[in-house]
Amino acid sequence: MATPKAGIHGWGAYIPIYRLPLSDIAKIWGWHPDQYKGLAVESKAIAGPDEDSLTMGYEAAYNAIKRSKIEPKKISAIFFGTESKPYAVKPSATIIGEALGITPFTMASDLEFACRAASEGMRSLIGMAASGLIDYGLAIGSDTAQANPGDVLEFTAASGAAAFVIGRTSNASAIIEDSVTFVTDTPDFWRRASQPYPLHGEGFTGEPAYFYHIENAVKALLERNGLKPSDFDYAIFHQPNGKFPVKVGQDLGFNMDQMKDGLVTPMIGNTYNASALMGLARVLDKAKPGQKILLAPFGSGAGSDAYLITVTDEVENRKPLAPTVEDYLNRKVLIDYASYAKSRSIIHVIK
Amino acid sequence: MSMDLSISRFWRKKEIIYKLNGAKCKSCGKVHYPPKNACPYCGSRELELVELPRRGKLISYTTIYAIPEGARHQSPIYYGLIDLGVTKITAELTDIVNANSLKKDMEVEATLRKTQEDRDAGLIYYVLKFRPVLVQK
Repeated sequence: MATPKAGIHGWGAYIPIYRLPLSDIAKIWGWHPDQYKGLAVESKAIAGPDEDSLTMGYEAAYNAIKRSKIEPKKISAIFFGTESKPYAVKPSATIIGEALGITPFTMASDLEFACRAASEGMRSLIGMAASGLIDYGLAIGSDTAQANPGDVLEFTAASGAAAFVIGRTSNASAIIEDSVTFVTDTPDFWRRASQPYPLHGEGFTGEPAYFYHIENAVKALLERNGLKPSDFDYAIFHQPNGKFPVKVGQDLGFNMDQMKDGLVTPMIGNTYNASALMGLARVLDKAKPGQKILLAPFGSGAGSDAYLITVTDEVENRKPLAPTVEDYLNRKVLIDYASYAKSRSIIHVIK
Repeated sequence: MSMDLSISRFWRKKEIIYKLNGAKCKSCGKVHYPPKNACPYCGSRELELVELPRRGKLISYTTIYAIPEGARHQSPIYYGLIDLGVTKITAELTDIVNANSLKKDMEVEATLRKTQEDRDAGLIYYVLKFRPVLVQK
């Protein structure tokens, strides 16, 4: 069976201006000063008091549409992947679609699969574009990641967004040649309905969840395409911290040269649905025509996707049309724990 | 307890609030924002909606400390007078870490942000605000 192919026409990212040094979290909660050092993350990006996953997703999508060089009205599907929805019931996808001038003849929904919901949106759009059901679709990954204050998860839970316009292969910046999804029922991380913060099943976080699913998805992709790690110029993995993506990459046979450009978590923390996808945005900011990219997002619960992506000549025309991930990484203001606590509604206020 | 915003009023204006749609007078050619029923310059009612530039220059600003309950956590709010070239508008400024950074002629650009929320259970209101430009042209 021929694999349906689709194209990435535009890509965009967004990182809020504020950064909280992890040393501040350790100090406030009385962690050992070296507690977070093993995570290989120094500071995390924090959404401002007037931001949420919707506003961040809007800007990433705005940038992606600019790079796609298409009219917003040509987009006929919006999938918004997040685990920090502003509304439990009321789609963010319609608000973003309306604000960007995409609606009304548009499929639009918010997807949930922990950190890989947006990637599920991308896989759906590949099929929809390849089949001719739509000309263009928009997949957005955006999160203002929550963590129970004082929990070790708080060191990395960060804010950011990434978005991609996906359509047919002609005139695309990159071609998605193939993709694989691998999911199982795994109790590594969850947030119950109406609970403000997630919990993690300690023993399940690493090997049974992150490593098991990513390795299976990537191995299946390599095997069915007759490829080996050295055939790729870039390898990008989901980044819950700075350590896991490097280890899973090395275990699979990739080296640091292939992985370094797709790593953003060491600078801004884990942006959940935007984590691996922002890595892809950063790689597309730098990639040259003909280069091959392996992308493997992961979501708890649990599942991983593996994508085989080839960059086209068109990428060079699209790069200057919107701010790069580097532009957002360089724009930063350090804040303290108090500002972060107010910004992220950790301080309880009676309204 | 705060006063909630009008859901219907906000909904009616969403085209203007989300997209920075101003009105251009077919008679005198001048542009204004937000759109009114008649041109504030010549009185003509022959107007067309036009999307305004998303980048402009800050002319002046004021700092607001008396904030409605639904936006209390955003205090203080900086409100700017912005020259978009075709017209001048007033809008909320955002990502302002220090008011000393606000200078005349500084470049600002539009982005979607929350302006107010109706308590914990009510509607969230999104508008275009202006922030210092990310990338200088």
